[in-house]
Amino acid sequence: MLFNIQILLSLAPITNVQLLLDGIFIGAVLALSAYGLALVWGVMNVKNLAQGDFVILGGYLAFAMFQYGIHPVVALPIVAVIMFGLGWAVYVLMIRRVIAQDMFVSLLATFGLSILLQQVMNLIFGPEVQTIDSHLPNYQVFDRAVTVPLVKVMSLGMVCALAVAVVIFMRKSRMGQAIRATAQDSRAARVLGVDTDKIFGFTFALNAAICGTAGVLVSIIWVLQPFYGIVYSVRCFAIVTAAGLGNLPGVIGAAFGLGLMEQYSGFVFGAEYQVASTVLLLLAILIWRQIQLARTREVVR
Amino acid sequence: MNLTRRSLYLYLAILVASILGPILFPAYVQQMAVLWVMVLMASSWDILGGQMGYNSLGNITFFGVGMYVCAIVQIAQFHDVAIYTAAFGEILPEFTRTQYYVGLFLGIFAGGIAAALLSYVLGFIVFGLRGPYFAIGTLGIAIAAGQLTATIEYVGAGGGISMPFFPDDINFRGIFFYSLCFILAASLHFVVRWMYSTQFGLAINAIRDDEDKAEAMGIPTLQYKQIGWAVAAFFMGCMGAVFGNIVSFIEPIEVAFPVVTFGIFMVAMALLGGKGTLWGPVLGAVIFHVVKETTWTYLLGWQWVALGMILILNIVYFQEGIMGWLMRKYPEWFGITVDPSKMASDTTPSAAAKAGSPA
Repeated sequence: MLFNIQILLSLAPITNVQLLLDGIFIGAVLALSAYGLALVWGVMNVKNLAQGDFVILGGYLAFAMFQYGIHPVVALPIVAVIMFGLGWAVYVLMIRRVIAQDMFVSLLATFGLSILLQQVMNLIFGPEVQTIDSHLPNYQVFDRAVTVPLVKVMSLGMVCALAVAVVIFMRKSRMGQAIRATAQDSRAARVLGVDTDKIFGFTFALNAAICGTAGVLVSIIWVLQPFYGIVYSVRCFAIVTAAGLGNLPGVIGAAFGLGLMEQYSGFVFGAEYQVASTVLLLLAILIWRQIQLARTREVVR
Repeated sequence: MNLTRRSLYLYLAILVASILGPILFPAYVQQMAVLWVMVLMASSWDILGGQMGYNSLGNITFFGVGMYVCAIVQIAQFHDVAIYTAAFGEILPEFTRTQYYVGLFLGIFAGGIAAALLSYVLGFIVFGLRGPYFAIGTLGIAIAAGQLTATIEYVGAGGGISMPFFPDDINFRGIFFYSLCFILAASLHFVVRWMYSTQFGLAINAIRDDEDKAEAMGIPTLQYKQIGWAVAAFFMGCMGAVFGNIVSFIEPIEVAFPVVTFGIFMVAMALLGGKGTLWGPVLGAVIFHVVKETTWTYLLGWQWVALGMILILNIVYFQEGIMGWLMRKYPEWFGITVDPSKMASDTTPSAAAKAGSPA
């Protein structure tokens, strides 16, 4: 561990550049799925524990299409459409019935959905670790000390384009305005003629679509495995809890921060601590918020 | 605790069934032992989840902690743990009969105590979280516990530990562990039954109904929450210790800290039976386990999918659970008198209409 810190500080400071770049690539994908979580959380007050499994499912859809020769970049919009439909179906069958209930009910129901999706993916695609080899070149910079794969740069660009599209949609379109109105006060929105049931369904489906596209990027730049979803869910929760709801710059900042932190902790402590460090970070954020609130005798709710 | 005649008969019937069970069907003795494990898990989850309104998803942590502490105590008394685990079960040192039993009982006790202490300390950290944050925080603790245990070389890291061999006859082994599971589950049942009948039960119900008001009334809420969790953790730790010896090989992710299997089963069982009742979790555990064991082999690999489906259906469509449904349908069975004039203020009109009609 000390040796690894020494590498970073004095032996090969160029390693920092590699870690920073990888952290940014990871952070971009995390920002997407965390934004989806914040959207659902803010609009319908449902905490979706199946968030990470939507991401992995999107990745597997792209993987399945790749087997038939469809390039992931082409598959991206198709996956988004499929995931949108799936999200709407999940909403109609499940989420609609738990939306008015105690929040733990929705948490547990989505946890059940998460187990269901994991196992279905395990049965269809098998427990092996899979990835899509996109055959794009890698660039070596700084005397071959830093590797920049073209595919990661491309996906960063796609994330940015998608994020801009979502933001414009939420600001300008009629549906986006209705979603924001429902998030502010769903009862008032209903009184003023917004069909909140449709808004909830659309929001959940949009979240699934965003997660699905994030999953396509995961499938080309990292690996897929049916049981990796829970880690993405925990990361999303950590990001949204740290940033707060309805705070888009905060979510993006926290996502990049988490990406960087994971890269550094993975490098310094070793890869076997990566899941544990993410989970412990979530706990630390919760405790920190609790200490903050305790000054005014409040609790995290 | 005053036993009515009816509950006395019920206890006698359960006692007779649980003694006759392993005698009549000796081939299923391990499944029956796991049934009591499930009953204990559901009932101990209900102390917080049902009676106190704190829905934990991480009670499985104490199961794993008890299991590992017990293993260390059992081995460390007579051998060096690091050498024992480094061999990954290749070398199994001999334990004499006395060494085995002394180590086992000390280990079970130590596992329970360690789990209770851990829960008490964790209580300072997580009991400031409410509702879903508490559930996510405890889930995080359980995941982290499994992942961190997998990095500790001293307890065999991800490779796990092979437990000492049982020194006696294989048939006696089944009966022995079955009895331990039964005794633990029964003791937990009577402990919680007694607890719910005292002021403690009233206090934790007050915390569930309105924590701020309870605190304003002068109830030391944090202490009550910690004690409630410590009781659950003690029994989970003891049961983890016993379960580790039943499966005889322990490993951090699948056996000791199984967040997505036992960790979620206990919640599902308590919800299926009806949370917040004494018998609900027991009933839920029995039904869940019997259904799971009888249909498991016919599902050809789709078991876990079916399980997720059952969980969703249970939570989404049948939240009140069996006991809750019975209470609503036949309130007079539970000595509840329904005042028809108050029915209009009931939150669910359909429930009110059903309960109000003469059953």
